[in-house]
Amino acid sequence: MKRNTLAHSLFALISATALAATAHAADIKIGVAEALSGGAAQYGISIRHGFELAADEINAAGGVNGNKLQLIIEDDQGKKEEAINVFKKLIFQDQVLMVFGPTLSNSAQAADPIAQAAKTVAFGTSNTADGITSIGDYVFRNSVTEADVLPETLRVAVKHAHIRKVAVMYGNDDVFTKSGYDNFVKALEHAKIPVTTTETFAKGDVDFKAQLTKIKATHPDAIVLSALLAEGAPIMVQARQLGITVPFIGGNGMNSVKVFDLAKGASDGLYVGSPWSASNESPENVKFIKAFEAKFKTQPDQFAAQSYDGMHIMVQALKTIKLGGNLAAERSALRDALPSVKWTGATGAFQFHRATDKAGKPAGYDAQQTAIVSVTKDGKFVIEK
Amino acid sequence: MLAQQLVNALSLGCVYALFALGFTLIFGVLGVINLSHGAVFMVGAYAAEQAVSHLGLPLWGALIVAFAFSGVLGLVIDLLVLRPLRARNAPHLIPMIATIGVGIILTNAIQGIFGAQNIRFPEQLVSNRTISVEGIDVTALELGIILLSFMLMALLLLALKKTQLGRALRAIAESPRAAYLLGINVEGLFYLTSFVAAGLGGIAGVLIGLYSNALFPLMGKSMLEKGIAVIILGGMGDMRGALIGGLFLGLAEVLSVAYVGSSMRDAVAFGLLFLILLIRPRGLFGTLMERKV
Repeated sequence: MKRNTLAHSLFALISATALAATAHAADIKIGVAEALSGGAAQYGISIRHGFELAADEINAAGGVNGNKLQLIIEDDQGKKEEAINVFKKLIFQDQVLMVFGPTLSNSAQAADPIAQAAKTVAFGTSNTADGITSIGDYVFRNSVTEADVLPETLRVAVKHAHIRKVAVMYGNDDVFTKSGYDNFVKALEHAKIPVTTTETFAKGDVDFKAQLTKIKATHPDAIVLSALLAEGAPIMVQARQLGITVPFIGGNGMNSVKVFDLAKGASDGLYVGSPWSASNESPENVKFIKAFEAKFKTQPDQFAAQSYDGMHIMVQALKTIKLGGNLAAERSALRDALPSVKWTGATGAFQFHRATDKAGKPAGYDAQQTAIVSVTKDGKFVIEK
Repeated sequence: MLAQQLVNALSLGCVYALFALGFTLIFGVLGVINLSHGAVFMVGAYAAEQAVSHLGLPLWGALIVAFAFSGVLGLVIDLLVLRPLRARNAPHLIPMIATIGVGIILTNAIQGIFGAQNIRFPEQLVSNRTISVEGIDVTALELGIILLSFMLMALLLLALKKTQLGRALRAIAESPRAAYLLGINVEGLFYLTSFVAAGLGGIAGVLIGLYSNALFPLMGKSMLEKGIAVIILGGMGDMRGALIGGLFLGLAEVLSVAYVGSSMRDAVAFGLLFLILLIRPRGLFGTLMERKV
């Protein structure tokens, strides 16, 4: 009998709290799957900071129609298998409205089909490889692909540095740097710029002088470099040590203020293009940089800017849909509302454009944005037009 | 261009040798392939970076800090992980697997503390001056690495061949049990070896971190892969082997970039390594293995 009473009162207590919870405005659960450990963590952590900053701003301003955003953050470790696990957990177990991430294009290729099958929006803020958005109509990204950025970078560099022939150097054991290389090759062919030699390196290499010595002997006017910073910065330092003075034209991986620290004394003369630049003085960008530095005591990079904008873009769509129905209906309503969002944020004016799948049918949505090209000079990115 | 490439090969080879010296020492004496050596190498570099940026130590101070910190770390790993396994007579593969775990713990600890992004030593720590002779460019640091790897190799070789301590170590390498019966303090020498080998790893971490201008938690990983190749090529546990093996790998890599193409680099370098091992399965100086068998 005694036990029964206890059970009853427990039951009553639980139903009371459940009622209390529904009576308040509900939290909107947003999944975040990024590489917070492993080799890609330096991007993933930056991305997480961008999301947190945006979510805090939105919640502080009263949330979305009175509902607070609740981020559920998971670590995909920069691995395909983990990205799949984390996507499944967020979508099926945590019942999130949509998922941001994963960090790497490799992981997106593996995990986005799960979101597509579950009719849940997967929103990448850092995937730039080709073919991600051809997975399906629930796949979005606001990261500008290198296919759009690199021709612009090349055009500006050629115009300013009088480049007639270039040497090419890229990391051939990484999807991102390899895809950057492919896009550079297309852009070079299109601009009819001959390549004197093409050299490769691998992740974790410490010495690039063999390749650079070979490049020096071909007398290029510039070195086109598709590398991540871990290799790209030492490459710039070692090139200068070998007396190579020509400019570098870098891909997306080189676009970070870290280059001034990691290649200190040898960081001048690097052209990079990106949707975001620390030197862009638009009011939205100034506000973002200020808020970011105040919250995290470190400078933001492109990845933080893109995730920050990604959250705001998603929230614009969220504002227009009716919440509180069933989850499946909310998820597809969000998907239908996203494509028409227009937003001006830290990365400038943004809108989506429809991508096609392999058969040429409409699929997911890519970013449509103009790249900003800058050149490094005395420890700063200087915008070139 | 060839002359410059040969200089490049020499300095790259010495980078590999510097890493391989400590790695091969542990194997020579303890008979353990210590796969945490890459992580110990990385931790030494981070410890030195901290000492330099907080205490403003000069290069020699950084090297001492790295040697001491990594050395103590190696000692702790020996005490906590390798010694219990020795005491239980665990078969050869068990300590190797255990050290993989140690490596993962250390890498993640450093990433947790310092983050995953690259950091670097302050620019002024070592002169970035390039010395140009007859169109060959070489930096002061490269010359230092080349000199130091030859000196350390010679020093270790001499210590092993000529001193009482070295004789005791060689007796242990032959048979720890027989050495123990002869009254040699086997456990003590195991600790000493773990300390010195890990300390050398720390020194290598600082110099290679300076050379590549980058410290990151996974910096030991690719070094470890090359290091394994170098000590297998040189003959497991042999000091001369570590240097010659390192030089060979450096030369093979640089020349295949220069004359075959950089995308074929590892294929050519490791293909050559395979050919040498076909002819000399125990490596270039692999006498130790023969005696052990």
